[in-house]
Amino acid sequence: MTANSVVSPAAGRRPISLGTPLTYALALAVAAVSIAPIVYVIVGGFRTTPQIVDDPAGLPDPWVWENYTRVLTQSDFWRQAFNSAVIAFGTTLGVVVLGLCAAFVIARYTFRGREALNTFFTLGLLFPAGAAILPLYLMLRDLNLINSYWAVILPQVAFSLPITIVILRPFLSAIPRELEDAAAIDGADRLGFLWRIVLPLSRPALVTVGILAFVASWNAFLLPLLVLGDVSLHTLPLGVQNFSSQYTTDTAGVLAFTSLAMLPALVFFTLAEKQIVGGLQGAVKG
Amino acid sequence: MTFVLVPMGFAFYYSLFRWRGVGPPTEFVGLKNYTLAFQDPIFLDALRNNAIVVFGSLLIQGPIALGVALLLNRRFRGRSAFRLLAFVPYVLAEVTIGIMWKLILTGDGTVDVLLRSVGLGGLVKPWLADLDVVIWTLLFVLTWKYVGFAIILLLAGLSNVPEELTEAAAIDGASWWQTQRHITLPLLGPTIRIWMFLSMIGSLQVFDVVWVTSVPAVRSLGASATMATYMVDNGFFARLWGYGNAVAVILFVISFVAALLFQRFLLRRDIEGAITRRAN
Repeated sequence: MTANSVVSPAAGRRPISLGTPLTYALALAVAAVSIAPIVYVIVGGFRTTPQIVDDPAGLPDPWVWENYTRVLTQSDFWRQAFNSAVIAFGTTLGVVVLGLCAAFVIARYTFRGREALNTFFTLGLLFPAGAAILPLYLMLRDLNLINSYWAVILPQVAFSLPITIVILRPFLSAIPRELEDAAAIDGADRLGFLWRIVLPLSRPALVTVGILAFVASWNAFLLPLLVLGDVSLHTLPLGVQNFSSQYTTDTAGVLAFTSLAMLPALVFFTLAEKQIVGGLQGAVKG
Repeated sequence: MTFVLVPMGFAFYYSLFRWRGVGPPTEFVGLKNYTLAFQDPIFLDALRNNAIVVFGSLLIQGPIALGVALLLNRRFRGRSAFRLLAFVPYVLAEVTIGIMWKLILTGDGTVDVLLRSVGLGGLVKPWLADLDVVIWTLLFVLTWKYVGFAIILLLAGLSNVPEELTEAAAIDGASWWQTQRHITLPLLGPTIRIWMFLSMIGSLQVFDVVWVTSVPAVRSLGASATMATYMVDNGFFARLWGYGNAVAVILFVISFVAALLFQRFLLRRDIEGAITRRAN
């Protein structure tokens, strides 16, 4: 996996120049287009609705914290954040555990149908998952899973498996056979080898697939929209959508709620940028 | 796969019935749901909108992403910070950025005021309410959101271009532009094709941003509907389960055929190179 070298390219080969003014001007323009709307929403949350109606493009005058405190104390924000977190952690755990086991078997053992199984998962990448949402709902309804965390976690794990296996497999194949033999001589069975040798060695790849699964789950909308009718189970994306359609006149409140919903993703991205970007790049490069 | 293939089998079965989703389907209607869909002008609008999103995304995001990736691939201080900022829209949830743009683009909202203040008041439109404008507004929002993804991929491709090549070209007296045009771009081919493929499949199934940003009334008139929103509106919310499943099958077949065609003609070499080589 070259993911990390992608983000930090070979240092020291050529001194980093300051760059031309034109480079900086263009880079600043790109950055401005990317984040200006986001800054606008966050700053807008510090205004009052009359201020916004009066001058939609102005700055807060005076700055008010009231919208943010109101959202944090009086809305369902915390419960929705909790639901999002439970579903995202459940999904991540499922993806990492099942993905590791499946990729381990495909990567380390020769058995009849191994190539077929591998092609099956690789082809899974090409499948348009969104098209399956209606029959998926019907299946989950027949299984009595509607309005439970499982209704979101199980399909998300299933849909994430192909990409997980495609990322993990080369990692697991690259672990030298000698290590396995050595572990066997020391008395480790296959599970012991998986647990004590493979798991620690493949941690970077596991972190990457875990983070990708977490972010995808945290942002998911269509599946929760259909299977979580119960308001008390709503996740943050559903909460943002509901809040904005419920309080259409409370523009400042909607801005504050939207900002707060963005915040975890922004913090998470800043902390795990290398894994997210590297994972996406690694996934596509195979 | 089980969660895709098996459901699609069920979807085809249900699509042969007129069924409100309660009890087992009994009213067999054959392929009538399919003919109904292709006779519904709203569905045809949705097809047209999906085509606009597919080709609009490729034609607009491609050149922008290429330009930005080449820019952010140059060596300069603070480059990683600029990269981080360029990726931000891509990691935020579709729903939150959808609501965000809805607030910004609302009538007499920020965009309108800003346009007027720079003397472009004549351009002000009901961005999300005008039936002829809304799909282009949505295309803009989708471009803003997903161009970061294209940039991420292209930067990965660029990092694989051996520095020796560009250095050799520079020694031979090639300008920066000539180097990019004759060395970097050809080597980026596989990355560009994989991005095109992912973008196309995503565009065919686009739902979240469209659903959240556009008003239901505008969507129900077809102006901002896509196949996916049409499917959910009819199948789930209007409880026309047989019909909705027929739309699901159409969406699936279109996406899958597009994927196969793309793979057959453009992607095969790349996938063989990228996935099978590493997998073995």
